[in-house]
Amino acid sequence: MIINGVTIDATFAEAFPMKATRAIITAQNEKWAMISAQAMTGFATSVIACGCEAGIERVLDPSETPDGRPGVSVMIFAMGGKGLAKQLETRAGQCVLTSPTSALFAGIDDGKKIPLGKNLRYFGDGFQISKVINGKRYWRVPVMDGEFLTEATTGQVDAVGGGNFLVLAESQPQALAACEAAIEEMRKIPNVIMPFPGGVVRSGSKVGSKYKALSASTNDAFCPTLKGMTQTDLPPEVESVMEIVIDGLTKEDIDKAMRVGIQAVCDLGAENGIRRISAGNYGGKLGPFHFHLQEIMA
Amino acid sequence: MSALTFTLKNRPDQRVDMSALVCQKLAGMEPAEIAAIALQNGNRKVPVDELFKISGSDVQNIVIKNSFGKLDFIGKELEGGSIVVEGDAGAYLGLGMAGGEIRVSGNAGIFAACEMKKGMITVAGDVGDFLGAALPGNKMGMKGGTVLVKGNAGERIGDHMRRGNILIEGNAGDYCGSRMTAGTIAVMGQTGRYLGYAMRRGTLLLWRQPQLSASFNDCGSHTLAFLPMLFASFKNLDSRFADPSVTFDRVRRYGGDMSELGRGEVLVRI
Repeated sequence: MIINGVTIDATFAEAFPMKATRAIITAQNEKWAMISAQAMTGFATSVIACGCEAGIERVLDPSETPDGRPGVSVMIFAMGGKGLAKQLETRAGQCVLTSPTSALFAGIDDGKKIPLGKNLRYFGDGFQISKVINGKRYWRVPVMDGEFLTEATTGQVDAVGGGNFLVLAESQPQALAACEAAIEEMRKIPNVIMPFPGGVVRSGSKVGSKYKALSASTNDAFCPTLKGMTQTDLPPEVESVMEIVIDGLTKEDIDKAMRVGIQAVCDLGAENGIRRISAGNYGGKLGPFHFHLQEIMA
Repeated sequence: MSALTFTLKNRPDQRVDMSALVCQKLAGMEPAEIAAIALQNGNRKVPVDELFKISGSDVQNIVIKNSFGKLDFIGKELEGGSIVVEGDAGAYLGLGMAGGEIRVSGNAGIFAACEMKKGMITVAGDVGDFLGAALPGNKMGMKGGTVLVKGNAGERIGDHMRRGNILIEGNAGDYCGSRMTAGTIAVMGQTGRYLGYAMRRGTLLLWRQPQLSASFNDCGSHTLAFLPMLFASFKNLDSRFADPSVTFDRVRRYGGDMSELGRGEVLVRI
């Protein structure tokens, strides 16, 4: 399959089951909601070493937030429910509770309830106040700038992590420009995050390593400097490869995000140095969810 | 299917225990069986059809017409459905109610919404003392749900209240919020003496400056983020509480009762 001169490989991306949750951070203005959200989703690019994958889903209009203030919706993905709950709680406690004017609310009402502010309330040292509004419990925790308002719990749902595609370009600037264009479009899709820095990862990994201690290592088949030294997957003219990784609530959400992302890359086309779109295919070793690129773009 | 309607024929001299006439207890009963239910009336038991003319058949929608202030225990332990009272209700309206809705077009007596757990009670007129309170000797009053009073309420509103909302459009009597453990009581009108007497936790939300005991301490003026959310939860009520022009998020906060646990608050609009 070729779109605008860009070859879409007959391969599939592999993804695996994860647990996910969403939280809504509001603040006096969008700037401070975003600062808090960025802190909460920091150091959360990959479960390999961060404990979770987290990202900003989108900016929320005041009309969309529970307290009518500007807000940001963040999503956190982890391999298990226990790890997710721990990450959510520590991140909420260190990054949202501490952030000026912030408030924190559930972003998912379905699924299993996991603590959001339920345990953060103890920061109030006995001065915390519970309020049940419309059947939902909130905690008012006295803090130095006033009160930190937080919902007691949020929902944990089954999700999919690790959807991805690779952009193969003639140069590094061209690969990055294409990925930036893709991310801009993909951020418009609900229920997904692209957890890597700016949504783009330049150090895509393969499963396993020659070193026993490592479970993942550089994807040498797509490293342009190794073209003559390993079993490469790259043609001579490709000089740079970048990957976009997507976590989503459902397979369909990731499908949509991949479609708009790949389309944005293809819109730049061969004339902007984009040669191929491929995917992280690990021969079924990584996970049960398969995203066939050509089916997605059909 | 029209609402099951009980129209009072004549006002009896003695009080009537109406607790048998709630939706879940009447479900599946034939009209003749309902008519034969014996209601306690003073020191004797009388069948329903001796006191009421019965019409309609929808037991999930009960209407009590020509009601007056001696019909006690209306909606006692109601679990779902609706009861509409045309006229006044007696004592213990919605006692221990666990769901559903009760609407009273007139006044209600003492101990309305007493130990209520869930659901909605609306009284268009006034209510007596001990609204949303605990029964004498019990330690736990209202545990959930919402009570809306469009008129005035008597003394000891929310005595031992644990959770839920009590909304008073009019005035509140003395000892409002006494011995509260938690929950919210909002009063648009005036409040009486000994407001929040021995309250441990909970919120008294007031539109007018109250006369406060010495055991309530001024915590200053604040903008509280939970208030817009609380008011938003009232927006579907047929009430002045749903009017955006009466809502506020800036309050003077008083903490108390310091002679007790002292974690309660009186929030006064500024």
